[in-house]
Amino acid sequence: MEDLSGFPLKIDGENSPMVSFRKVRKAYGSLVVLDDLDLDVAAGEMVSVIGPSGSGKTTVLRMLMTLEQINGGVIYVDGKPLTHMEKGGKLVPATDKHLRARRSDIGMCFQHFNLFPHMTAIQNCMEGPVQVLGLSKAEARDRGEELLELVGMVDKKDQHPSRLSGGQQQRVAIARALAMRPKVMLFDEVTSALDPEVIGEVTNVIRKLVSEHNLTMLMVTHQMGFARDISDRVCFFYGGKIEEQGPPAELFGNPKRERTQQFLSAVKEAI
Amino acid sequence: MFDWLFMDEWFPKFDWRWDYTWEILPRLIEATGNTLIAAAAGYLIALVLGLVFALAQRSQSRVLTFVVREFVEFVRSTPLLLQIFFIFYVGPQFGITLSPWVSGMIAIGLHYSCYLSEVYRGGLDSVPKGQWEAATALNMTTAQTYKRLIIPQAIPPAIPGLGNYLVGIFKDTPMLSVIGVAELIHTANAIGSETWRYLEAYTIVGVIFLALSLPAAGLIRAFEGFVRRRLGM
Repeated sequence: MEDLSGFPLKIDGENSPMVSFRKVRKAYGSLVVLDDLDLDVAAGEMVSVIGPSGSGKTTVLRMLMTLEQINGGVIYVDGKPLTHMEKGGKLVPATDKHLRARRSDIGMCFQHFNLFPHMTAIQNCMEGPVQVLGLSKAEARDRGEELLELVGMVDKKDQHPSRLSGGQQQRVAIARALAMRPKVMLFDEVTSALDPEVIGEVTNVIRKLVSEHNLTMLMVTHQMGFARDISDRVCFFYGGKIEEQGPPAELFGNPKRERTQQFLSAVKEAI
Repeated sequence: MFDWLFMDEWFPKFDWRWDYTWEILPRLIEATGNTLIAAAAGYLIALVLGLVFALAQRSQSRVLTFVVREFVEFVRSTPLLLQIFFIFYVGPQFGITLSPWVSGMIAIGLHYSCYLSEVYRGGLDSVPKGQWEAATALNMTTAQTYKRLIIPQAIPPAIPGLGNYLVGIFKDTPMLSVIGVAELIHTANAIGSETWRYLEAYTIVGVIFLALSLPAAGLIRAFEGFVRRRLGM
């Protein structure tokens, strides 16, 4: 079994990060997707992840949401291990119970929304709070309506997803994730499946979250302009590692690594 | 010139008696009730057990998956009639003595549950993976995910297949006559052996089966539409 003695049982201190990847590895057979990744995200920070496809950027979010298991290293959330747990003074792989307890800090929005098609918008938002958090239906409804109001969807709350546009569905999905009151929100290419004219309504909601709420956010995106606008930090992924990272003005204005320069100029040409 | 087609000797024995028909009709209608009860009860058992088998085949436990899959394969590969005989006649040797009705319902319910489990499996597989991921992101348990998200979405696409087997089970109920369940065929046989007239009884049974089977397909389609609308899909 992997020797985890070098990893702390928890991360303490004033400035301890909200999310911390320590030497995280993920491979599908011989294909290494994440190669000893180290990444810290501070509480309240908005970090965008960019990079060519296959660079491992979406995998970062999927590991953090525990949709897939890592093959090495440890992920910490809010100072406590997520992918592992403490047992007899050592870190051991997490059980389902541990994952369920720790996962509640994290919420996620998907490229294809993944709304529940047999439920209305408000029912989508109530499902988690009622089933998982044990809220009463009335409480969950209040909370759901508040959040649908935030994303500008309260007038469509009784519609099923099939009656909503892509942009509207994604806004409901954001409200659904927020209804669980996560500390960390993950956005996985949330505008990639949208028609160009409705991208703005989703990015505006995320903008609002950044400016009005103290959420820690990790966003994988192809919208370079949007990433530049709202991120505290941008990470450029290449080959399962962070090739370069920094404040958006610096990374986009003055990229230092050759691969970053190549990627950014290729993206610019596409526009 | 076609007179020869209508010559009496072509139908020497064809003599349909209406008075006799009216006489036996009440008994056959009563037997129709039994046929419907047998089909409905067998189908209900199959609906529930079929879902259980389908879920068991998706479980994490390899042993459970293996055992259930092999059982389903076994039942599907042997005749229903044999299973009926086995439960009714061989059961008592193992100390399990069941009435014809109970044996019949177990046999037919179990037999069809194996077919329905395949239909359910198709429906369950058709639910996109993203639904599971969304459920994980909301921190729902596997049981909650099945109950609240996966099963409700798996049912509508499974309805046509489930419905076909409703008609199938209905048409297979005559097999229960061999162990003495007083359904339509059993009753028609009894009537025939009393009077040596089979024409009317069997014809009525055929008409009854036809009249009940034919509208079923349309009703199933309507039901599927109704369920889809209810679920907003």
